[in-house]
Amino acid sequence: MTWIAKPNVNFPGQTKNELGLSLRDYEGVTSTLCAGCGHDSITAAIVQAFWELAVRPEQVIKMSGIGCSSKTPAYFLSGAHGFNSVHGRMPSVATGALAANRDMVCVAVSGDGDSLSIGFGQFGHVVRRNLNMLYIIENNGVYGLTKGQFSASADPGSKAKKGEENRMQAIDPVATAITLGGSFVARSFSGDKEQLVPLIKAGLSHNGCAVLDVISPCVTFNDHDGSTKSYAHTRQHYHPAIHTDFVPPSEEIKARYDEGASLPIELHDGSTIVLKKVDKDYDPSNRVQAIGYLEDYRARGEIVTGLLYIDEQLEDMHQLSNTVAEPLSRAAYEDLNPGRDALKKLQETLR
Amino acid sequence: MKPTDTQNPDYFHKVVDCQWGCPAHTDVPEYIRLIAQGRFSDAYMVNRKSNVFPGILGRVCDRPCEPVCRRGRVDEEPVAICRLKRVAADHKDDIRDRLPQAAPKKNGKRIALIGAGCASLTVCNDLVPLGYDCTVFEALPVPGGLMRSNIPAFRLPVEILDEEIGYITDMGVDLRLNHRIDSMKALLAEGYDAVFVGSGAPKGKELKLPGREAADANIHIGIEWLESIAFGHIDKIGEKVLIIGVGNTAMDCCRSSLRLGAKDVKVMARKPRGFFKASDWELEDAEEENVEIVINHSPKEFLLENGRLVGMKFDVMEYDVENGRITDTRVVGEKIFPCDDVVLAIGQENAFPWIERDIGIEFNQWEEPLVDETTYESTRHGVFFGGDSAFGPKNIIWAVEHGHQAAISIHNYCRGIPITERLPDRMNLASQKMGIHEWSYSNDFDDAARRKMQHVPLVSRFQELTTEVELGFDPEQVAKEVERCLNCDIQTVFFDQLCIECDACIDICPTHCLTITHEGEEADLRSRLKAPAENLEQAIYVSDKLKQTGRIMVKDENVCVHCGLCAERCPTAAWDMQKSLLGISYAKDHDGMTTCQQRKAG
Repeated sequence: MTWIAKPNVNFPGQTKNELGLSLRDYEGVTSTLCAGCGHDSITAAIVQAFWELAVRPEQVIKMSGIGCSSKTPAYFLSGAHGFNSVHGRMPSVATGALAANRDMVCVAVSGDGDSLSIGFGQFGHVVRRNLNMLYIIENNGVYGLTKGQFSASADPGSKAKKGEENRMQAIDPVATAITLGGSFVARSFSGDKEQLVPLIKAGLSHNGCAVLDVISPCVTFNDHDGSTKSYAHTRQHYHPAIHTDFVPPSEEIKARYDEGASLPIELHDGSTIVLKKVDKDYDPSNRVQAIGYLEDYRARGEIVTGLLYIDEQLEDMHQLSNTVAEPLSRAAYEDLNPGRDALKKLQETLR
Repeated sequence: MKPTDTQNPDYFHKVVDCQWGCPAHTDVPEYIRLIAQGRFSDAYMVNRKSNVFPGILGRVCDRPCEPVCRRGRVDEEPVAICRLKRVAADHKDDIRDRLPQAAPKKNGKRIALIGAGCASLTVCNDLVPLGYDCTVFEALPVPGGLMRSNIPAFRLPVEILDEEIGYITDMGVDLRLNHRIDSMKALLAEGYDAVFVGSGAPKGKELKLPGREAADANIHIGIEWLESIAFGHIDKIGEKVLIIGVGNTAMDCCRSSLRLGAKDVKVMARKPRGFFKASDWELEDAEEENVEIVINHSPKEFLLENGRLVGMKFDVMEYDVENGRITDTRVVGEKIFPCDDVVLAIGQENAFPWIERDIGIEFNQWEEPLVDETTYESTRHGVFFGGDSAFGPKNIIWAVEHGHQAAISIHNYCRGIPITERLPDRMNLASQKMGIHEWSYSNDFDDAARRKMQHVPLVSRFQELTTEVELGFDPEQVAKEVERCLNCDIQTVFFDQLCIECDACIDICPTHCLTITHEGEEADLRSRLKAPAENLEQAIYVSDKLKQTGRIMVKDENVCVHCGLCAERCPTAAWDMQKSLLGISYAKDHDGMTTCQQRKAG
């Protein structure tokens, strides 16, 4: 970490968003992660995305579990709410938070350990439940906090820093999330903000659980030759299947894209994402094809990125549970707790 | 765009805006750091090496460094560079044993210098230690030139002048005071090996209007009048005084008038504010003393009654101004201002009635000598010019630089080496890394505003002509002001082969000055950086292709605050903070110039 805080300098050419806030207003405290960590880059992309979307920081809740990745909510949106939960249990806590206050914009940051090992079950169920949140997995293939053991996402054949080879199979969070019926599944890379920022914006605007797996190299334990999650390896085997551009509700889309070559998808909140296919046969609304495509490229050792699957029609948790539109946190006590007589009446109906 | 050539000493030198802007290239960030450490004597010596008169310049320099100071681009005001120089001069110990010494053995060469001002004194400073016999001819009874005769003592105390001039003359300069040179021809006949003309621009401009001659007793030429005050020949002036002109001399004239008993002093400006020649801070100081600056009045006539000056008539002007330029001028009326005295401060020029026109020293149509801008040699070999006498009125700091350059020329000339063979500047870079997160300089940005110089209260200021108005910074002010310096000489140096393109530097940079992007031409690159690089006077630093993606690292130097966070957050040390130390070549460095170096310099 650094001794000095990032100084607040008033330099010419700074711009403000619709709320009159500068990019700096969306930052948090100085990162204590290793210099060069991919996670810090993702943090910067989150800051950029929230600033561009002009979300009020106090409207946001930041959720995380345990691990290097889960420290990062401290480094963005100081003005937001946050909960740093038990290892692997962030999805449950997030479910509770959003159950009580459905108006919050929820951004969750987890890692390959937190989501694919100890929290694998929680991860699976929150995707099924389609909780309205952006679920970012900062995926580096190692347990960094415990000095670099292989994690569940380490590819078979990938080498650890001291040379031993991983022989177990890897869990791919993208393929898993599509299989589980996820409504929004994407992959990106910490070193490609041009792709990452629009994906974060799209994920935040999507109604449902947006899973965003981000390859985020660990400079200390997993950035060597032989690693399949290093900066160099990721760049060499990078395969963007689809370009995503996020268009806020206020902007005209057609002026920017010719129809046919690109596929506009309107999101729940009126904004639009425009998908430009790199691979013309790829269809991000076809689950069967998406899984086949992923398997095909996995076999070739390529890393497929972009918004790989989307179903904007799937109902989110509140729609599935038929809850009221008003956040429960704002409901009057009498409405939430109608008393003994009401309970008796209810029980009568069940006899 | 080609990768930046950081081997060229000019590249990093330009990043140090103050040093680049200073004609003598004073190492400003270095002396400010030394002041911060309480090493006032060392700070003074860093200054003296390049600008020779730190105590004087710390009070009256025209500060070309401050308007270009990077701090002024991220804050309301630049670092008080000039007044920090005074701090070093005021608090230094006895530094006489660190000054240049006369050579133990003379080299047998005799140099004549005309005028004992800052240019000639600088030549002596550089040449006496090399064994030259320097003879300075001065018309006045004391050395110092315009520094002594034209700058009022309430801005520049006599003791400071005496001290810093003494450091040079005490080395053993043959100072011929009260010795006006009336004929260049006669001087040349005396067989000096070289002659340096540093006689200044001693002629004040005249304003020929009706009534000028009849009212002569109460109309004064600014610089002559200031000189008379400096030497005690004038000690009073009328109650109502009009100063014509609004340059720095006008500011000295109006403030001097107040100290000689004037009660109502008006500075009459022909043009509106924004077109004044005076420096902002000198205007501020005059206005603080209740001098009224009257704009848009063009002098028309001196008015007399019973043979005595009683007022002046002015045309009232109106201007159309577009984009800071006057596009149209109209006279819209007339106005009379009553007055007892008028001081003309509308400019000055160099004048050479004493140089014969048939001795090979050529002059242009404005009677200015033809002087080479690099060597300072006139059209006659062996005769050099410097200071105001070379290119007209500039400032002390320019004259000092002319002196340094002329000394190199004279040194080469006397040794039979072509004067165009001059050593280039050198640049040394050294890493400032002390530990993982520790640098050998104060890298934390302090957002403090510029400290305000304390002045003697108005009531006591006018009692003595020689009361110095500025009190200097107090210790707390010094401690705060030094931290405002952005250490622009601690350079961000990039090694493209080490970069893994993790974006850490880009994400941490507090002023968005870094970008990794695809190659392009400069104008194109400038438009697509993280913060567009719109200040075209500031360079962009462009790397060679990066290993992983073939993109390039681009840094806009404009508002980098040199906090070092890019280097701290870099996992591979692709960024490093390195101190750039400019090696300026003076006459003494040319002394050991070998044939090989000469060839390189040529």
